[in-house]
Amino acid sequence: MSIWEYANPTKFMGWTAPVMRVAFWLAGLCLATGLIWGFFFTPDDFRQGSTVKIIYLHVPSALMAINAWMMMLVASLIWIVRRHHVSALAARAAAPVGMVMTLIALFTGGIWGQPMWGSYWEWDPRLTSFLILFLFYLGYIALWEAIEDPDTAADLTSVLCMVGSVFAILSRYAVNFWNQGLHQGASLSLDKEENVANVFWVPLLVCIAGFVLLFIALVLMRTRTEIRARRMRALQARAQRA
Amino acid sequence: MLSVSGLTCARGGVPVLSDVCFSVAPGEVLILRGPNGIGKTTLLRSLAGLQPLLEGAVDYPEDQGAYASHADGIKAALTVTENLKFWADVHGTAWVSPTLPEVLAAFDLTDLQDRLGGTLSAGQKRRLGLARLAVIGRKVLFLDEPTVSLDGFSVKRFADWLRDQHLANGGCAVIATHIDLGLEAPELDLTPFKSAPDSGGGSDQAFL
Amino acid sequence: MKALLLRDLRLAVRAGGGFGLGLAFFLIVVVLVPFGVGPDTALLGRIAPGILWVASLLAALLSLDRIFALDFEDGSLALLATSPLPMEGVALTKATAHWITTGLPLTIAAPVLGFLLNLAPQAYAYLLLSLLLGTPALSMIGTFGAGLTVGLRRGGLLLSLLVLPLYVPTLIFGAEAVRRGADGLDPTGALMLLGGITAGTFALLPFATAAVLRINLR
Repeated sequence: MSIWEYANPTKFMGWTAPVMRVAFWLAGLCLATGLIWGFFFTPDDFRQGSTVKIIYLHVPSALMAINAWMMMLVASLIWIVRRHHVSALAARAAAPVGMVMTLIALFTGGIWGQPMWGSYWEWDPRLTSFLILFLFYLGYIALWEAIEDPDTAADLTSVLCMVGSVFAILSRYAVNFWNQGLHQGASLSLDKEENVANVFWVPLLVCIAGFVLLFIALVLMRTRTEIRARRMRALQARAQRA
Repeated sequence: MLSVSGLTCARGGVPVLSDVCFSVAPGEVLILRGPNGIGKTTLLRSLAGLQPLLEGAVDYPEDQGAYASHADGIKAALTVTENLKFWADVHGTAWVSPTLPEVLAAFDLTDLQDRLGGTLSAGQKRRLGLARLAVIGRKVLFLDEPTVSLDGFSVKRFADWLRDQHLANGGCAVIATHIDLGLEAPELDLTPFKSAPDSGGGSDQAFL
Repeated sequence: MKALLLRDLRLAVRAGGGFGLGLAFFLIVVVLVPFGVGPDTALLGRIAPGILWVASLLAALLSLDRIFALDFEDGSLALLATSPLPMEGVALTKATAHWITTGLPLTIAAPVLGFLLNLAPQAYAYLLLSLLLGTPALSMIGTFGAGLTVGLRRGGLLLSLLVLPLYVPTLIFGAEAVRRGADGLDPTGALMLLGGITAGTFALLPFATAAVLRINLR
């Protein structure tokens, strides 16, 4: 039995129901733990004061904003290559979630940036590329909404997602070239030794896990809705023919 | 020349025709019949390669198929001659045989040859659209209601061209039409091939 | 491909609006900017590279939805799809025709409008060069967008929404090259990246455009 059989809509509906429930509970648990821990039980940063605590929302949402697009890209490729309908619907389901994550990252970034840089918005490369990413999400969702035939919509949005990915990366380099920026370097990386201190690091990891789980749960929920809508459409089409 | 076997084609993700089989020899015409909505246009577009087949095989010499429907692709800002010349150039056929005056005469366009496409009447446009078939040098024609908005005289002219120029030179055609073209041609009623309401295939199948 | 290119150019000339409208729009946008920001020539000179690039980008955007929409409506696109010309070739030709009717006139007109905006004298050569290198990319990316939205009834607005984010890198490198030229810095890097984008889009996007056209024709 191949792994692709789990992508059959009926099977998918079966196994995702319990997984989604578990993911929601775990996400709630992780987020509650991580956020309470992060906000109330970590010391203030010696330079940034208590404003640093917004990191627990900002970093995970920014990570998920990019990861959601990556997931859409992978799902689009699977649809183009293997024609699994669920894959295309999952990409469609992930887009609004990713867009909201981008918005959260932008807003929390602005709130964090105000005391640090003295203004809510700076045309800094990182901020700017998130704004561009937001526009890509917007276009992708608008294209899905505009096309009536579900297969045509899936095909066209998949191509847009692939082309958009290339241009998103290109834009990232272009804005770097255009403005060197104020944003601090990535706070987390696996290869660097001098990461954030452990007191911040552990609750941050818990928050990231919470955001990942929340994303999974939301995408599963939305994909299930899309599958049901598609099934209703198919049944209606069949009823009209009979 | 054209052979179709086990063809299933879909419209809007739903199979409309299943297991269509026929073949057309050089010099032959096949007339498609059937009520509105049975899938004549879908079948012709599938044959021409404009939409993918769900199942089955369509076989004819590569680069020999041509499709024509009610949309003639006539540019309002180009003259009749320029319109024809464009399609001939795209298909890489020079004006050797038939020559331009011959084609214009066959479709009764000689007097109109310098008129702009936009100033033609519906029937005249249709004649120009059909004249395109004469200049692209394709052997296998898929025609969707070619005689819409033509008067009786023009229908006869078109049928004459089809018989004397196209079929006589080893071409063949599949035509969906409701009127009698005056050609001696076998007819294929598509009603028996209508897909059962619960038939599989199509993009909706996975969700049922 | 030559036949299609010649036909498109002929149609653009005869139908009117092909050459003229984009240029007139370009002129109006550039003239409106001083009304908006004030007549300070020093300020205008500083923002001129960006204004000229943004205005030419918008002017190119204006005529994008005509690239495929007319051919789609009158059935030419379906007939082209069954012709020996591959769809990739159709996409490439359409982009080229669009560039000749909009990008090229904009490039030629831009220095004149640079005069209106008090562009630094040393920047004119770079303005011309950057537009010459960059506007083909605008046409090619726009052709892809036009192919994506060709089957939609109200595709125009959606087309802008899809295409404008894709224009970001081209705009950044293009305007940067002119700005560096105006400031007396070396714009070679920006120009090379701009040329790279144009080369890349022309190499890859015809395939994506052909794919979306085939999908839209089914």
